[in-house]
Amino acid sequence: MAKDIVVRIGGEGGEGVISTGDMLARSSARAGLEVLTSKTFPAEIKGGYAMYQFRVSAEKILSHGDTFNIFVAFNKEAYEVNKGQLRPGTVLVYDGPGGDIEPEPIEGVIQYQIPMTRISKVDLGSPISKNMVALGAVVELFSFPMESLKELVSNKFKRKGEDVVNVNIKALDSGAEYVRSNIKKTDVFYVQPQKSGQDSIILSGNEAIGLGALVAGCSFFSCYPITPATEIANWLAKYLPKANGVVVQAEDEIASLGHVIGASYAGAKAMTGTSGPGLDLMTELLGFASMAELPIVIADVQRGGPSTGLPTKSEQSDLFLAARGGHGDFPRIVLAAATIEDCFYLTIDAFNLAEKYQMPVIILSDGSLAFRTEKISRPDISKINIVNREIYSGNGGYQRYEVTDSGISPMSLPGQSGGRYIATGLEHSETAAPKYSDEYHTRMTEKRFKKIANIEDEYSASEWDGNGSADVGIISWGLTQCSVREAVKRCRVAGLSVSALYPKLVFPVPVKAIRRFASTVKKVLIPEVNYQGQFAELITAHAGINLIRYNIYGGESFTPDQIESKIKEVI
Amino acid sequence: MEAIQQLKPKDYRSDIPPIWCAGCGDYGVLASLTTALSVNNVSPVDTVLVSGIGCSSRLPYFVTTFGMHTCHGRSIPIATGIKLARPELRVIVVGGDGDHFSIGGGHLPHVARKNIDLTLIVMDNSIYGLTKGQASPTSRGGMVTTTTPHGSPDVPLNPIAYALVYGATFVAQSFSSNTKLTADLIGQAMNHKGFAFINVISPCPTFNKLDTFEYYKPLLKNIDDIHTDKGDKVKAMSLALTMGRESAEVPIGLFYQEKRPSYVDMLTAIKIKNKGTNKPDLEKIIDVFRP
Repeated sequence: MAKDIVVRIGGEGGEGVISTGDMLARSSARAGLEVLTSKTFPAEIKGGYAMYQFRVSAEKILSHGDTFNIFVAFNKEAYEVNKGQLRPGTVLVYDGPGGDIEPEPIEGVIQYQIPMTRISKVDLGSPISKNMVALGAVVELFSFPMESLKELVSNKFKRKGEDVVNVNIKALDSGAEYVRSNIKKTDVFYVQPQKSGQDSIILSGNEAIGLGALVAGCSFFSCYPITPATEIANWLAKYLPKANGVVVQAEDEIASLGHVIGASYAGAKAMTGTSGPGLDLMTELLGFASMAELPIVIADVQRGGPSTGLPTKSEQSDLFLAARGGHGDFPRIVLAAATIEDCFYLTIDAFNLAEKYQMPVIILSDGSLAFRTEKISRPDISKINIVNREIYSGNGGYQRYEVTDSGISPMSLPGQSGGRYIATGLEHSETAAPKYSDEYHTRMTEKRFKKIANIEDEYSASEWDGNGSADVGIISWGLTQCSVREAVKRCRVAGLSVSALYPKLVFPVPVKAIRRFASTVKKVLIPEVNYQGQFAELITAHAGINLIRYNIYGGESFTPDQIESKIKEVI
Repeated sequence: MEAIQQLKPKDYRSDIPPIWCAGCGDYGVLASLTTALSVNNVSPVDTVLVSGIGCSSRLPYFVTTFGMHTCHGRSIPIATGIKLARPELRVIVVGGDGDHFSIGGGHLPHVARKNIDLTLIVMDNSIYGLTKGQASPTSRGGMVTTTTPHGSPDVPLNPIAYALVYGATFVAQSFSSNTKLTADLIGQAMNHKGFAFINVISPCPTFNKLDTFEYYKPLLKNIDDIHTDKGDKVKAMSLALTMGRESAEVPIGLFYQEKRPSYVDMLTAIKIKNKGTNKPDLEKIIDVFRP
């Protein structure tokens, strides 16, 4: 009996593929199960084929998995697209008779034929209920929690009236009833709903970044629409006004970072969300913010590059840009999210670090994290630490860029008597007056970098999974971590000696943690979804460690299988 | 806002002396600005002057308000951020024609149509001065400069016509040595609700030998003599399109003014509609994500 299941639903866009998947996933989460979902969209606006996939399990889910176990096909196109991936042991649930699918028998693939279209059209007289019939059948086949699903459906359609609720509930029941009367279950897949005492929420990476910003005290967000980052703005546009906050759609990414810089100078915690092409445009102002020592937060939801690249796919290829982009020498901090929880908590960290060090903080997410949803524990707001910038408290003789032991100088805000200064992109003196001398440029460059000289001691954000020495140690940042965690777990079950280091602070490179980790393992493997091995190169440059690189660059993230095979190869 | 005793224009001057050449038109704008701040009893600590890059963009250093000296062309978005985050602050943008009509030209349509509550003072000298004399977006066609030794092939753009078409709600033009008119227009612009644009023709005696004080003097005409209904946009546009730097008269004064809700008004309405509070109920917002 398999209780860890990946379900894929495919069909025509507009047939309810996404909403069907979403309802199944949410009702499972309601019933105490762990859930992780992913959607893929074509880059084109009007595409026929839509797909929704989710993994459901009684235990904590580490990644999206290797492949699917159950495929629900609403139409012929969906079947054709996915039939190559039907392997022995997988289950195909499809619309027929009465649908347009005529599947060929595939060795070892279990097929359940459900007349979704016919039941909805003929029996129920409600052609748009096809997806609900399918949903009912799937629930019955694999023991999904019908009660919580019905609750969800009732809530969802409540506003449209009792009749609409009843039609949908009836469709669910008809699908389930058809299975009970006509299908003999021969597969091994069951979900096992369980009572969970834990309060949980389910949200996407982009929503988690938005929520993190709100909780961190962000009151200003400006952006320019860009895939796959736009949903951060969509969510904040709805909820930030409740916190007296402002969301602005700017004319371009340069303007959006300009807005953020102005708002920060005025005292607001401010942020923008973008993807690689937008971050490209922002680099000049990124240097300005670092030079003028203004706290700003940028979320870069990475996509495939360069140029327009692969707008709807994922890559870990903006690290160089985030860590190194821009002319001149200037400090910045880069964090990388690997999970939905990271998207939430690292966004709060990003604001805290920006406020503390008065500089830009970039949080890297990516396209697949942006859209996937995951059940996580409800955050305990009372335990979240919020940091605010140090504000100048004297009156007279103010030096905005006073050279202090930490490099951090108290900031004043407009309206503050005695706090007047000109924030400037020119090299400047302690009082912010333009100064170009050798002496000033040296002193002020050192002051700005000094702020983060000890960041690794002040912000420890590397997780070390393992104890003692190991044959292979994996360093993994960003999304790749999910599949690495799952692969490490499997390798240990297989008796291999593997440990892993998961840095969340990726720049400045956490040199101490990496060196300590590397000294305990025979070989260090670093898998990345990019061609150049961007983190590997930074680690080699900063920590002087030799690494075995493993790079894929097709626009998809690693599967646990790929990592597992690589570990076995290098060990 | 801090209650202050009325300050004199010189009280708004910092101890940093201007870096401009002798005879630069920007001196007139600086004098007009400090006069306008004094006449309107403006509190320096509640005011932010924002500039980009160029000779004229050095101006914030020379006054006692808060300020930002930012990147080339980016003063408008940065000023917008300040105003939207802290609407109670007075935000004034200063800069040149290169800053606002060339590298930062893409921001002008949007600050105008959004009607962001800012005052924009452009010191238009029709030349790039800081880089020692290259054709600017308002340089006349055929002008010989270091980058256009064979004469500029470009047609100059028309700042007033642009501002009108973009939807600016206050559009004026002045001449830098006419400090009385310039100070008066800056005062009106500061008291205008929404985006106010003043193009101040400010000759560069060092690098622009064509658009000089002497050249302009006979062409300048008080617009109030020929245009009194300031809400008449068609008339304003007609005057903007027919004014010529090369031959015809150049009207100075207020071209156009319109009452339209400002962006801050819109944001305030959104906050009220959403029952905005500085202490939002985070638990209630998190509840949105319950499965």
